[in-house]
Amino acid sequence: MTEYVILSAILFTIGAVGVLVRRNALVVFMCVELMLNACNLAFVAFARQHGNLDGQVAAFFVMVVAAAEVVVGLAIIMTIFRARRSASVDDASLLRY
Amino acid sequence: MTPLLAAAEIPVVAPVAADGVLAWAWLLVALPLAGSVILLVGGRFTDSFGHWLGTATAAASFVLGVTIFVALLGRPADDRSISQHLWTWFDVGDFQVSMELLVDPLSLLFVLLITGVGSLIHLYSVGYMAHDPRRRRFFGYLNLFVAAMLMLVLAGDYVGLFLGWEGVGLASYLLIGFWQHKPSAAAAAKKAFVMNRVGDMGLSLAIMTMFVAFGTTAYAGVSEAASGASEATLTAIGILLLVGACGKSAQVPLQGWLLDAMEGPTPVSALIHAATMVTAGVYLIVRSNFIYELAPTAQTVVVVVAVVTLLWGAIIGCAKDDIKKALAGSTMSQIGYMMLAAGLGVAGYAFAIFHLITHGFFKANMFLGAGSVMHAMDDDVDMRHYGGLRKLLPVTFLTFAFGYLAIIGFPGFSGFWSKDLIIEVAFGHSTLVGLAALLGAGITAFYMTRLMLMTFFTDRRWEPDVHPHESPKVMTIPLIVLAALSLLGGVLVIGGWIGDFLEPVVGHAPHPELPVPAIVLTLIITAVVAVGVALAWLLVGRQEVPRTAPQDVSFATRAARADLYGDAINDTLVVRPGAALTRGLVGFDSGVVDGAIEGGARGIGGLSGALRMLQTGYVRSYALSILVGVIVVVLALLVVNWA
Repeated sequence: MTEYVILSAILFTIGAVGVLVRRNALVVFMCVELMLNACNLAFVAFARQHGNLDGQVAAFFVMVVAAAEVVVGLAIIMTIFRARRSASVDDASLLRY
Repeated sequence: MTPLLAAAEIPVVAPVAADGVLAWAWLLVALPLAGSVILLVGGRFTDSFGHWLGTATAAASFVLGVTIFVALLGRPADDRSISQHLWTWFDVGDFQVSMELLVDPLSLLFVLLITGVGSLIHLYSVGYMAHDPRRRRFFGYLNLFVAAMLMLVLAGDYVGLFLGWEGVGLASYLLIGFWQHKPSAAAAAKKAFVMNRVGDMGLSLAIMTMFVAFGTTAYAGVSEAASGASEATLTAIGILLLVGACGKSAQVPLQGWLLDAMEGPTPVSALIHAATMVTAGVYLIVRSNFIYELAPTAQTVVVVVAVVTLLWGAIIGCAKDDIKKALAGSTMSQIGYMMLAAGLGVAGYAFAIFHLITHGFFKANMFLGAGSVMHAMDDDVDMRHYGGLRKLLPVTFLTFAFGYLAIIGFPGFSGFWSKDLIIEVAFGHSTLVGLAALLGAGITAFYMTRLMLMTFFTDRRWEPDVHPHESPKVMTIPLIVLAALSLLGGVLVIGGWIGDFLEPVVGHAPHPELPVPAIVLTLIITAVVAVGVALAWLLVGRQEVPRTAPQDVSFATRAARADLYGDAINDTLVVRPGAALTRGLVGFDSGVVDGAIEGGARGIGGLSGALRMLQTGYVRSYALSILVGVIVVVLALLVVNWA
C-alpha cells in the first residue's frame, strides 16, 4: 500500500519539477498530465485501502477533465507555435505588467 | 444714572387701523419704488426725462407726507399711532410677520425729513450730475434709496425694518461706487458694504433673540412683552441692536467706512451719508426705547459709544484737508451727539430726533455747498487749493455760512437749540458726559471755522487755469431752501412742541436737574464755542495756509489725518488675524484633509505598482507561486491538525 503512495508522490514530484524547469510547452503539458495521473494513482490506492469507490469515481472525473484539457491545451499550443514558430512558454510572456 | 420710568409708564406701541388719507401711507414707499423700477428697467428710453421723473416721485412722496402729517395733527395726541396692514409676509407655524406700516409721530418726522431733504437733493442732482452719461441710473438708485429708507422708518415690525435697512445698505453701496471706474470708489463701496454687514449681523441676531424670547418681532408685540422679560435678555437685545446701529451710523468701532464713502457723488454724501441713512441707527435706538428703558446696562454702553464717537469724529475733522472728509468727520461726531441723547433715555429721545432733523438740514446744506464749491473748482476737494471763494461764489458762501452757524451752535440758529438741549441733558446725566459733550462742541466750532476759513476766506491758492464760477440755479435753490431751514429749524422746539409731539412714542421726562441754571449752561456752551472759533482764527485765519500739507506736524495731527488709526486698528485686530486664520484653514485643508485623502490614494497606488511587478508574464513563475502556495497551505493544515 505504502509503495503506491510513494510512487504517486514520486510521479507528482517529477511532474511538478518538469512544469517548473522545462521551457517547451509540450513537455510542460506532459508533466501536467503526469501530475494528474499521480493524483489518480493516489485516489485509486486510497480507495482500495478504504474499500469504498469514491476515489475511483474521482479518478474517472480527473481523466475526463484531463482529456478535455488536452484538447483545448494542444489547440492553444498549436496556434501559438504557428504564430511564433516556437513552443517555448517563456516566449509567450506578453501578458504582464 | 437718570431714574428710570416705572415699567407701566413706558409707552406701548398700540396702533389703530388706518383710515382716510392715512390709508394712502403705502404710497409713500410705493412712489419712489415705482420711480426706481421705471428708471432702472426702462433703460435708455427714460434717459431724456429720468431725472425729472425721479425728482417728481420724491416730491410726490413729500407732498403726501405733509398731507398725512396734517391729518395726524388733526387727531388727538394719544391717537396718533396708526398702522396699515398690507399683507401677511411670513406665516410659518407660530411665526407670523405681517407687512405692516406704522405711521406715528416718530416715523412721520422721519418721512418728512427723508422726502423733504431728499427732494431738494434730487433737484440739486439734476444740475450736479448734468454731464454724467449715467445720470438716469443715478436717479434710479436715489429713488431706490428713498424707498428703502421710507420702508425702514415706516415698517411696523423689526423684520420690515430690516428689509429697509438692507435696502438702504444696497443703495448706499451702489451710490458710493457710482463712479466705479475709479478703483478708490469701488474699494470704498466694498468697505462700506462689508462693515455694514458686521452691523447687520448684530441687528439680525437681535431680531432672532426677540423671536426666541417674545415669539414676535412686531413693535406692538415686543413693546408689550418687554416689560415681562428678564433684564439679561433685554440687555443682550439692546447691545445687539447697538451693534447694528453702530454699523449703519458709523459709530466707533464700525466707523471706518464713512470717511471712505465720500468717494460717491456729493449729493449722495449729502443725502445718504449725512442727512438720512446714517441716522437710521439713532432711529433704531429711539424706536426700541421700550427695550432700552428696561436695560440700563445697554443704555450705558450706548452712551459710552456715543461719547467716544463724538470726540473721535471731531478730532478727525480737525486735521482733514479734504473738504468732504472734514464734513464726514463732523457727521460722525454729530451722530455721536444724537446717540448720546438716545442713550440718555426718556430725557433725551426727543432731543436726539430734534438734533437729527436740524442736522439733516444743515449738514445736507453744507455737503451740497461743498459740492457746489467742488463744481466751481473742477472737482478738486483739497481745501488747501481753495481760499477766498466768498466773492466768487456768493450764494454758495452765504448758504454755507448758514449751515456753519447752525452746526457750531450760533445763538438763534437751529443747531444752537438742538445741541444746547443735548448738552443740558448730558449734564443732567453726569458731569463727565456733559463735559465731553461740551468739549465736542468746542472742537466742532474749531474744525468748522477752519473749514470755513480755508475755503471762503484767506488767500486765493488755486491754480491759474481754474476759473471758479457760481453753480446754476437748479443747484443754488436747494441750497437756499436748506439754508433757510438751517436757520429756522429751531422753531420745532418752541414751547417744547417736538417733545410733546413725540411723547406718545418715547414718553416724557421732567426737565433734568442741572449743576448750574440752564441759562448759565447756555452761556458756558456759547463761550466754549467762541473759544473754538477764536482758536481756529488764530491758527488758520491769521496765518498763511500752505498749498501742500506740512509733514513736520505733531503726532496728534498725524493720527487725526490717519483717521486716528481706525483702519490700522481694524487691520491689526480683525483683518490680519482673519487673513492669518484663513491662510491657516487653507493650509489645514490642503495639508491635512487633502493630504490624508491624497496620501491614502498615493499609498494604494504605490502598493498596486509594486504588486503589479508580480505579473511577469512567465507561466513557470506563476506555476512556482502556485506550488509554493499549495505547500504553505498543506503545511498549515498539517500544523493545525497535529496541534
